[in-house]
Amino acid sequence: MISGAAPKSASVVPAIRMDGIDKSFGAIRANRGASVEVMPGEIHALVGENGAGKSTLMRILGGLMKPDSGHVEVNGRDVTGWSTNEAIAAGIGIVHQHFMLVPTLSVAENLVLGAEPKTRGIVLDYKHAADDVRKLSNETGLVIAPERLISDLSVGEAQRVEILKVLFRGARILVLDEPTAVLSPPEVRELWTVLRRLRDKGDTIVLITHRLDEVVEISNTITVMRAGQTVARVKTSATTPAEIARLMVGREVSLSAGKRVQPSGRPTGPPDKGLEARSLIVMGSRGIRVIDGVSFTVRPGEIFGIAGVEGNGQTELIEALAGLRPVFAGEILIDGADITRRSVAQRHDAGLSHIPEDRQRRGLILEYTVANNLILGVQKHFSSRGIIDSTRVMENAMQEISSFDIRPPNPVLTARSLSGGNQQKVVVAREMGREFSVLLASQPTRGVDVGAIEFIHQQLLDARAQGKAILLVSAELNEVLALSDRVAVMYRGKFAVVMPAAEASEEVLGEYMIGTKKGNTA
Amino acid sequence: MSASPLVEAKGVQPTFTAAPWRERAEEALIPPLVALLVALICGDLLILSYGQSPAAVYRMLLEGTWGNAYGFGQVLYKATTLAFTGLAVSFGLRAGLFNIGAESQLAAGGFAAALTGLVLPGGTPLALALLVCMIAAGFAGGVVGSVPAYLKTRFGAHEVIVTIMLNFIVLALLNWFIAGHLHVPETLHTPEIHAGVLPRLADIDSRFHGSAANLALIVAVLVAIAVWFYLFRARGGYELRAVGLQPQTAEYGGISVNRVWMRALTFSGVIAGMGGINYVLGYKHYYEDGFASGAGFLGIAVALVGRNHPFGVIIAAFFFATLSQGGLAIHAFVPKQMMDVLQGVVIIAVATAVPEVRRILRGARGRSDA
Amino acid sequence: MNPISFVTQMIRIAIPYLFAASGGVVAERAGIVSLTLEGFMLSGAFAAVLGTNYSGSPWVGVLSGVLGGLIFALIHAVATIRYRADQVVVGVAINLLAIGVTRFFLKLFFASSSNSPRVAGFGGNINMAGFDNPLLWLGIIVAPVMAFVIYKTPFGLRVRAVGEHPDAAESVGVSVKRVRYAAVALSGMLAALGGVYLALDQHQFTDQMTAGRGFIAISAVIFGRWDPIRAALACLLFAAAETLQIQLQGSHAIPSQFIEMIPYALVIIALAGVVGRAIPPAALGRVED
Repeated sequence: MISGAAPKSASVVPAIRMDGIDKSFGAIRANRGASVEVMPGEIHALVGENGAGKSTLMRILGGLMKPDSGHVEVNGRDVTGWSTNEAIAAGIGIVHQHFMLVPTLSVAENLVLGAEPKTRGIVLDYKHAADDVRKLSNETGLVIAPERLISDLSVGEAQRVEILKVLFRGARILVLDEPTAVLSPPEVRELWTVLRRLRDKGDTIVLITHRLDEVVEISNTITVMRAGQTVARVKTSATTPAEIARLMVGREVSLSAGKRVQPSGRPTGPPDKGLEARSLIVMGSRGIRVIDGVSFTVRPGEIFGIAGVEGNGQTELIEALAGLRPVFAGEILIDGADITRRSVAQRHDAGLSHIPEDRQRRGLILEYTVANNLILGVQKHFSSRGIIDSTRVMENAMQEISSFDIRPPNPVLTARSLSGGNQQKVVVAREMGREFSVLLASQPTRGVDVGAIEFIHQQLLDARAQGKAILLVSAELNEVLALSDRVAVMYRGKFAVVMPAAEASEEVLGEYMIGTKKGNTA
Repeated sequence: MSASPLVEAKGVQPTFTAAPWRERAEEALIPPLVALLVALICGDLLILSYGQSPAAVYRMLLEGTWGNAYGFGQVLYKATTLAFTGLAVSFGLRAGLFNIGAESQLAAGGFAAALTGLVLPGGTPLALALLVCMIAAGFAGGVVGSVPAYLKTRFGAHEVIVTIMLNFIVLALLNWFIAGHLHVPETLHTPEIHAGVLPRLADIDSRFHGSAANLALIVAVLVAIAVWFYLFRARGGYELRAVGLQPQTAEYGGISVNRVWMRALTFSGVIAGMGGINYVLGYKHYYEDGFASGAGFLGIAVALVGRNHPFGVIIAAFFFATLSQGGLAIHAFVPKQMMDVLQGVVIIAVATAVPEVRRILRGARGRSDA
Repeated sequence: MNPISFVTQMIRIAIPYLFAASGGVVAERAGIVSLTLEGFMLSGAFAAVLGTNYSGSPWVGVLSGVLGGLIFALIHAVATIRYRADQVVVGVAINLLAIGVTRFFLKLFFASSSNSPRVAGFGGNINMAGFDNPLLWLGIIVAPVMAFVIYKTPFGLRVRAVGEHPDAAESVGVSVKRVRYAAVALSGMLAALGGVYLALDQHQFTDQMTAGRGFIAISAVIFGRWDPIRAALACLLFAAAETLQIQLQGSHAIPSQFIEMIPYALVIIALAGVVGRAIPPAALGRVED
């Protein structure tokens, strides 16, 4: 499978060599024979889509997990299955995507935690700690006042502390997991300066990312992963972003619900019906606009697809539309009626259905039976004078189970006991089995088996044929392309582009997704 | 994707042959049984420390509680109050909220029942008097319960701390009222009520003579049935349990989490408050300072052992009442304080076994994706 | 009202609170809910009397009292840390268990259901107003010492880290469980000293002699926003209110019940955020899974 020019140097021992790594979580195979090789003193980019197995591979390197099979070598030493502490001692430092910093402690306190300098046996030597921090700051250019509290820092500053923290523990091999996801462009430039300086000093750096512009800008070599496997290892100078994108996404057989199903010249409903968003602004937890002035309409009989790398505001957009997240400014209309300030239940009544992205945390009550899950959100229609009509609940369950082919076909099983695909079918059955005019479908086929994917796609197309307005959000580019009439790409809280699906391709959308191409919203 | 559908599917169950109710029954029943075993072992040690024979003492315990009508009547009486407080605590827990305030809600309910019984004229028909007293008791408990509910939904104040603090405040208020304003001289209780005196079990069957078991027992069972019906048959119960299990999902389903919390804690207080009728209307016929004497806290144990199911709570109330009455039965040989120890042991054992048993049972089913 | 007698009485009343609240701060800062302080105090008081009675030395009593608190703390720690049982439930049970165990052993060792015989103790010099009790002096310095431990030692740093962000602590090789065990054990021993002080000051154990003081202490912890010094000041405030009530007795200016309510009412006000919101350690009471 390995293609491209793998630079092999006989005289230099690789800093990291991982070979034939397998790692499964239950039925999910995160790594299947994955391999990676990183030379000392280089910046190596580990790229791939979400769920490609990058983070798992690096967690194994850091001793946070043990591989099911395969070998891990660091500086020529076999370290397969080592512990976190052994990895730290051997100079591996992982900068996690979610900061591992205690917000109520100072910078210096976070740095020395677990390896505290002491005086007189028991007393924490703050002066020593602060001096160490300053010294390290000067060496690396990661400047930060040691006495500041983490909770007072900006995201960029907090990340500086994270990097300092692993350096403080003597790390010579740094793994950074999606370090730029939360940074502003100037902060990113600053990070690159620091990483280059560390590399020139002889440190080895692995960058996990899916932003290709970054890869090209900073890395020396690249490993591409897809679906748990390593698909390529290339020199950055010998490739192009387009080729990396193609390797990341892969040349998959197009899905059964392809464009050929789309009838041409389909009647779309009147323009004042369906879903409309006007200049929507939504604030995130840190007071940043996670949705920054998004406007669009979804007409009846249309599927409007939103593609994009995850974390660019898709989740927040759907939550705001569904009534689960407050809207800072702008309006949301369903069939012409303003529902911006309405509750979730009122939006249901207005004709909104919602397949949430996380079925286990949002879509299902895992301890409830399938039958009871099938009435969630519409429970009032299954009750009279406050009493739930269990006969109708069961009838409804039997009907949905057979029409959506939920297996095993037993309405009194708990949702927890179903497979992921069947859990998703329960959610889809509930949301599409009731009266609605607008459907929000967020990652409708995530973690679902191939048969169920096909089935769910067909349901969406059928609903479109019946004149429903459907907003589809998916991390699967080919899914968006196959189902949508129009597609938009979300990038940092805005639509980078809106275009008819007929004119779009994976290559074109991919460039908008990773920010190498910035268009105007059509 | 090259993987077969079976491999790609998450959390696949290898087999569906096991009936779902069996797993649930195991998860519900094993912890109390483990706790019972631990309690028995601890009991043996305590009995042996007194140089007595465990078998003989346990036999005496059973004879003194279930073995004669008086003892059984006392068990029923004690179980009645515990059933109310246990139902109250479990009702809150079903919504994911911990009501530690049942103690003061019970006291407030008893106080309100006594006041009402004093105000009502002597000739009030029993059914009417009981109804009015119960409404008063439930209202008083509900008022106390609504305070932590309001502070939780409005300010996010944690209900555990607020209910604990409120216990002290309410009990001090009641003490001030009784001691300062409404007590029979030389005592800390109110005068006897004029209306609402409940018939005792002994009035129906003379063998129960002397025991305090009374009509409130029936009320407790009816309340348990009502709670069961609400939780498992009514839309409100469907929503309440959904909030308790997965508040995020409930919110997604259009359920107002705050409204459910408000309702759950307030009604938890109502149920605990109604428990006051057992002592006031059924036994002493007056409110006495400190009558709750830990029944509210024990309600936590009852809810826990009863696994938050109304009928489980009834059984657990009966169990703890047996422990308490059994202490008296064996007191001549082993001090009744042994039962105080065993109560604590049972709670800790159940609390410890619940997560452990769930982990073991679910461990066999494989991890869900993170 | 004599200001000196007011202050000395206030300090005597505050000592058990100061011990228990210091213990509560440590445990809660490590992320373990401290509804157990009452039980730790009670077991400490009983064990102290037991040790003193059989050895004749109050110092042996202090040691056995601390040991008594430690045993209960370890039960709490094993149930909540090892088995991840609900901290509130176990906390309530620890208090019930402490009442039960002390009653049972009161009966077993002293054949009484209300109190132990008089044992040796500390203090007793009428001119010293209780200040000849070494535990009183220990109680006065316990809060500053705990402040030092929490803010100036590696152990304290780890305690603060595991109570706030256990994953971060674990990621740098700090064992969250070990730190929490240590913190709960320390809280058990400190709270027990509060009970020891009570028992050896009164020279005997009486049933439920702690009488809710553990809950006053936890109120002080919350009102003091989980800071040892502020919690100690809260203890002194609550003790001052009690002293005022005692010294005003007979004048009936304010019913005693209303003075009793002050700590609890202040906590509710603090939690509601009326005067600066009390924010607990982020991982407090959370069961990791």
